[in-house]
Amino acid sequence: MSNSTLSFASSETRRSVAAETGRPLLELDSISTHYVSAQGTRVVRAVDDVSLRVHAGETVGIVGESGSGKSTLALTILRVLPPAAQIVSGQMWFEGEDLVKKSDAEMQHVRGKRIAMILQDPMASLNPLFTIGNQVAEPIRVHEGTRKAKAWDRARALLKSVRIPSPETRVTQYPHEMSGGMRQRIVGAIGISCEPKLLIADEPTTSLDLTIQAQYLNLLRELQKEHGLALIFITHNLGIVAKMCDQLVVMYAGRVVESGPVSPVFNTPAHPYTKALLNSIPRMSDNRQRLTAIDGQPPDMTSLPRGCSFAARCPAAFDRCHKEAPPEFNLEGGRTARCWLATVAVQGGTA
Amino acid sequence: MSITTETIALTSQPQQRSSAARLSDLPMIPIIILGVITFVAIFADFLAPHNPEVGALTARFRPPFWQNGGSWDHILGTDQLGRDVLSRLIFGARVSMVVGFTAVIFAGVIGTCLGILAGYIGGWVDQVIMRVVDAWLALPALTFAIFLAAIVGPSMWNIVIILGAVYWTRYARIVRGEVLSLKEREFVRLAVVAGCSKMTIMRRHILPNVVNSAIVLATLMLGVVIVTEASLSFLGVGVPPPQPAWGLMLSDGKQGLMVGYWWLTVFPGCCIMLMVLSANLLGDWLRVKLDPQLRQL
Repeated sequence: MSNSTLSFASSETRRSVAAETGRPLLELDSISTHYVSAQGTRVVRAVDDVSLRVHAGETVGIVGESGSGKSTLALTILRVLPPAAQIVSGQMWFEGEDLVKKSDAEMQHVRGKRIAMILQDPMASLNPLFTIGNQVAEPIRVHEGTRKAKAWDRARALLKSVRIPSPETRVTQYPHEMSGGMRQRIVGAIGISCEPKLLIADEPTTSLDLTIQAQYLNLLRELQKEHGLALIFITHNLGIVAKMCDQLVVMYAGRVVESGPVSPVFNTPAHPYTKALLNSIPRMSDNRQRLTAIDGQPPDMTSLPRGCSFAARCPAAFDRCHKEAPPEFNLEGGRTARCWLATVAVQGGTA
Repeated sequence: MSITTETIALTSQPQQRSSAARLSDLPMIPIIILGVITFVAIFADFLAPHNPEVGALTARFRPPFWQNGGSWDHILGTDQLGRDVLSRLIFGARVSMVVGFTAVIFAGVIGTCLGILAGYIGGWVDQVIMRVVDAWLALPALTFAIFLAAIVGPSMWNIVIILGAVYWTRYARIVRGEVLSLKEREFVRLAVVAGCSKMTIMRRHILPNVVNSAIVLATLMLGVVIVTEASLSFLGVGVPPPQPAWGLMLSDGKQGLMVGYWWLTVFPGCCIMLMVLSANLLGDWLRVKLDPQLRQL
């Protein structure tokens, strides 16, 4: 059995185990987060009626272009939105508790302890004035009240687990003494320091070069396996999604336009936007073909069209698309899509 | 052979330098100057040749010993009341040291704390603090200090409180600006998503990063504070008159400058300059030492 099929099989079994235990670890139920201007005149529906499920040990990839609401969704889950943004409706169930209803003080115990996050620019995520040990130990001390010496022991062990060579000396060094890849792994160590159930990674590899990216992704996968961690992976790199994720969620203009297990979605995309995204991946094998881009611009988020927000750029759009926004259709195999033609597209693809 | 010894010497060099650097790293000049001033201030009673507060009117305006009419009895001359300038400088070190440093620190602590609160919490807290700062800054510092001094009455410790109350706004302004940019930095946001409370973030992530600016400002403020203290003394609401203070000596001697009594202003002026300069150098050194990246260069 080759290595790739082996890893595929293991992710397959993980998913079925998760499905058997039933309740997902995190379940968003039509969550909407809006930015409201100071005068209250303009509203941006950055996250609009989003539902998604993350099971224990599973990796969910969220893709979409800039401004599609991916990062706002991550901030919504942790309830660390900027003052102008507000969760206006919906529920977020995490281990049987509704995160929307929790007080700020209660959320503090969730952040970093039960749900951790890795930010977009891990290179800048370390405080330049403190040693590495101090920073890796910080969440442990904050959340578990562990004594300094003990927390530092844990920090050393964590650095070792993210493959930092000679952690004993590294803990006493400062961030500027580390390379980019190391700093990133340290941020990863901070993320898993309190053994969270869910780790949200918001484009964690964008600031790294390709070889380091691959190393880091492998590391994340290994950590996930060791700790049984669920992972939400926000990216606009579909290659990473194919490599890392079990489930795929495609966002466009604040909405989930398509979701489902990665391989069926990649094989027969139900939404024209997903199809267009997949087509725009450059193929190294064919150097005569021009890069395909999606025509047009994403819509103005302050005044979304009445119908489907992708209609203006959609090659398959017809009258109804411009008049009426499609609801979320449930397709076979646990997939969903917001397109009037979704059922046809999937059946056409499988036939 | 020579090559190998050379390479050994080269590789071992950084080690040696870092241990040797630790000693030579200390800013010797400011430490010596401030050390001398402190020593003099503490042992003023033993060092001063005369009583600083009592003079002989028969011996007014005596020049320093090397000038015509000067004597070794009054090494740096006497002032308009016949008091010994050297003795007054020695005792004045007490007032100027205590008032200068404590007022600067007092103002710095208040200003930094309020600046961090305003910048990090934002919203109405920011509005309230910064509008107070605006109003404060709109008042001329000296007038405001006189007003406060008139209320609480003149004494050395009251002057410290007054100067702190007048000058904290400058720290608050600068610190708040710094906090506004810090709070958008990724490591502060990471602390937020790692579940740190606002208090922890302000204390552990914001404060250490603004301390540098506060220290630089403090070293600059030291001179301002000493001179303001002098102005207050001159106006009769500062450190009460018979007690000597450098600033007071400076402003008392001002009129004498035009008629040739230069020693009344030059000596206290030099003392103030040396102290401010040393504080600046020390502050600069501290700024480098507090930054792990600069520290290792």
